[in-house]
Amino acid sequence: MSKVNDFVVRFANVNGTGSASANFLFAKAIFRMGIPISAKNIFPSNIQGLPTWYEVRVSEKGYLGRKEGVDLMVAVNPQSFKQDVASVKKGGYFLYDSTKPLHDEFIREDINYLAIPLMGICNKEYTDARQKQLFKNIVYVGALARLLDINPRVIEGLFGDQFKGKERLIEPNMKALMLGFDYVKEHFQYPLDIRVEQRDLVKDSILMDGNSACGLGAVYGGATVATWYPITPSTSLVNAFEKYCYKLRVDKETGKNNFSIVQAEDELAAVGMALGANWNGARSFTATSGPGISLMSEFLGLAYYSEIPLVLANVQRGGPSTGMPTRTQQSDIILCAYASHGDTKHVLLFPNDPKECFNMMADAFDLTEELQTPVILMTDLDLGMNDHMSPPLTWDNERKYNRGKVLNAEQLSALPDWGRYKDVDGDGIPYRTLPGTHPTKGSYFTRGSSHDEYARYSEDSPTYVRVVDRIAKKFETAKHLIHPPQFYQKQNMSEIGIIFFGTSTHASLEARDIMKENGVTIDAMRLRAFPFNDDVKDFIESHEQVFVIEQNKQGQMRSLLVNELEIDPKKLPKIVNYDGMPITADFICERLNQDLLITA
Amino acid sequence: MSYIKPKFAHPRLPQNELGFTKKYYEGALSTLCAGCGHDSISASIVDACFELNIEPHKVAKISGIGCSSKTPAYYLSNSHGFNSVHGRMPSVATGANLGNRSLKYLGVSGDGDTASIGMGQFVHAIRRNLNMTYIVMNNGCYGLTKGQDSATADHGSISKSGKENNFEGIDLCALSIQLGATFVAQSFSGDKKQLVPLIKAALSHEGFSFINVISPCVTFNNNVGSTKSYDYVREHSETVSKLDFVPSHEEIKVDYDHSKMKLVEMHDGSTIKLQKVSPEWDPEDKLSIMTALHNAHQSQEILTGLLYLDNESIELNTLLNTTETPLNQLHEKDLCPGNSVLEGICEGLR
Repeated sequence: MSKVNDFVVRFANVNGTGSASANFLFAKAIFRMGIPISAKNIFPSNIQGLPTWYEVRVSEKGYLGRKEGVDLMVAVNPQSFKQDVASVKKGGYFLYDSTKPLHDEFIREDINYLAIPLMGICNKEYTDARQKQLFKNIVYVGALARLLDINPRVIEGLFGDQFKGKERLIEPNMKALMLGFDYVKEHFQYPLDIRVEQRDLVKDSILMDGNSACGLGAVYGGATVATWYPITPSTSLVNAFEKYCYKLRVDKETGKNNFSIVQAEDELAAVGMALGANWNGARSFTATSGPGISLMSEFLGLAYYSEIPLVLANVQRGGPSTGMPTRTQQSDIILCAYASHGDTKHVLLFPNDPKECFNMMADAFDLTEELQTPVILMTDLDLGMNDHMSPPLTWDNERKYNRGKVLNAEQLSALPDWGRYKDVDGDGIPYRTLPGTHPTKGSYFTRGSSHDEYARYSEDSPTYVRVVDRIAKKFETAKHLIHPPQFYQKQNMSEIGIIFFGTSTHASLEARDIMKENGVTIDAMRLRAFPFNDDVKDFIESHEQVFVIEQNKQGQMRSLLVNELEIDPKKLPKIVNYDGMPITADFICERLNQDLLITA
Repeated sequence: MSYIKPKFAHPRLPQNELGFTKKYYEGALSTLCAGCGHDSISASIVDACFELNIEPHKVAKISGIGCSSKTPAYYLSNSHGFNSVHGRMPSVATGANLGNRSLKYLGVSGDGDTASIGMGQFVHAIRRNLNMTYIVMNNGCYGLTKGQDSATADHGSISKSGKENNFEGIDLCALSIQLGATFVAQSFSGDKKQLVPLIKAALSHEGFSFINVISPCVTFNNNVGSTKSYDYVREHSETVSKLDFVPSHEEIKVDYDHSKMKLVEMHDGSTIKLQKVSPEWDPEDKLSIMTALHNAHQSQEILTGLLYLDNESIELNTLLNTTETPLNQLHEKDLCPGNSVLEGICEGLR
């Protein structure tokens, strides 16, 4: 059966051999031919020598979730041959480096073998060891181009972009590409029954990783101070912020930086610094992953109680503890919703593609200053570190930053009575002052100990209750300011609903389509923020059965819904994928079919 | 010092160059134990800021947790203060400084807050040469939790419960110098005459200024055998030799009269020795002060005064090439590159 623009290619490489850029080249070439792709980097927590995979799903229908089963395996790493052979679908292809003969144990009768002596070709062409290594990767891309009908001129264009300013590198790369391309011509029938055909489906979409989009969103959102501690998979978020800052935020006249980035000694210090900068009225953020959130919890409680803005990006990975640092999960939901001791609660945002990463990161700075409480952007390794097809990023040039309720010197002078924690407007949000504003008015002692409306230390019970109740009121206000859920139907069509968020979105929507093809209509809602607003509650209440699809073991979002909205847990079956690999539509369909109460 | 503050202010109280009286630099009433050395340090901070003609609202007071960290409430009531979390004052001060480099940052901490839970942040603030004054009110014990030994308690010192400390005490001054602190001083809470000019010098230094102030705990560490008991010093603080201070942006001259040694008789009859640094000492020579500190440690003396100074110091914001305009005063036009730039970036991602 011929599969045009609908297949999965997986590359099995050795970590640290330069395969990543070759594999991305392959994915981007197909994207440039107008066909939607989704790419997943499945890498080890290691720098060099361990197996690493790169998986590209090509989907004419635009399904960007991961799909189980490999149509074509590009096996360049003998270490993982065994599992690589096993993962190929029946009738699929196993392309391998045949410089050395393939051992009998890797032979399956039901798949096709594409033997290409990658190293042999390179040994003949190149003398330098590094060149042999790097060009070997390009040779297999060339072979794939011929096998799958990818236009080599498109790849040449990509080389042109990649080597802008170093044009002399284009020719040798093209040469390596054509070595593979021509080898296929002489030795195989091509194209394969899986192949690509030029389309115009991606339009103006971009291919970007979520971390870069968040970093850029922080630049546009006006962040001036970024303080951080390296941790996979969030490191590249701050790297991106830094890269864009050096490009866009260096004052042309003075050569000085309109930003400041400090690599802290640990996550405690990283968040403490971000908090200190925000206390002073500079937009500041930090980025981390699960273990970092555990460490930052102390300061999150302080920020909550002393009402200091703070933007925190949590690029989630597999937990608990050190867990699976290079695998994806959505497993810090409850941790982040209530991080720190005592009655705390935090605003969470759940982007699902790079465009939303960009927008929500920028929005987070407005929200945190409006609400005077931390805002946590919840992405994950899949979204953060993989390239995703996304609508283009846009910015409204008329947009002004919403700095929230900050009093300037004139306003302070005019006020007969000011208290840092007084609820003047009835929305629970008090008025802030920044250090250095006024010689005699507006100073106060910020503290994490219990305090009254004037920020004075107090152990008086009614005062304590008044203040914490007023803070809780801010979260009612927040419901109207944060991103509402997205619905995928104009009105309810079914008694069955699904709820999902972030990187579970693509697979969930694909599963919904598959169910529909099988005669089961399902309503869908994507959560975009916490605390949940009334729309979320209405959706659940207006359906008989609502599946909560997420990527953690305990069904944490489900627990949060049950807890916050007082929903009968029986009504909310969970569909949870927690093996560290991005969730798939097939997995969701299987669980839906198993647990559906209503089948019409 | 818990006492009732008179509301009456004398109309002819002396004013500084800004026209402020000293009262303008004071804070709320202290709730520390009567006679606590920390209150004397607070008073010295008030004097130093008054004499330096600092605008209080241009100072940010930052602290961690503990008795010492409560003190920012007791001075500079027109300054913003931040009582952060235990051991984390340096990170908050760092962020605040990055956010607005135009303020003066006065950090106050204790020996527990700095030498135990906060050691990590303390040493990293030093190595970044954060532009702040960092005062440790060092009493060798945890006062708020009723007198446990801290990491700066000297080996052999006896606590109120009669237990001898078997662990080495951390010498914060020696550590700071080794880590690259650019202003390091040590003093005694009761020695206002020495402390005030030290604080003034520290506040005028661009870079990390560290002052370790021995400030015995009158309630929990003022007993026989404690090497940080204190009563006697308060009574005799006048006699401690002076440190000259020349206001900011001029050369700081230090009178280090190394011939004097001060013997402090404690209420229990024990004695501590306060000595000016040795004849070999040069305030800009790390090695000489490290030797002097080592020798003092051997002979159970406490060196006080300005110990080390690096006037060529480059503070953090300068190291980072940050713009002179405080970052919290930048606006959309300075910060947001706009949509056409974004379109260009997107074009590169297709």
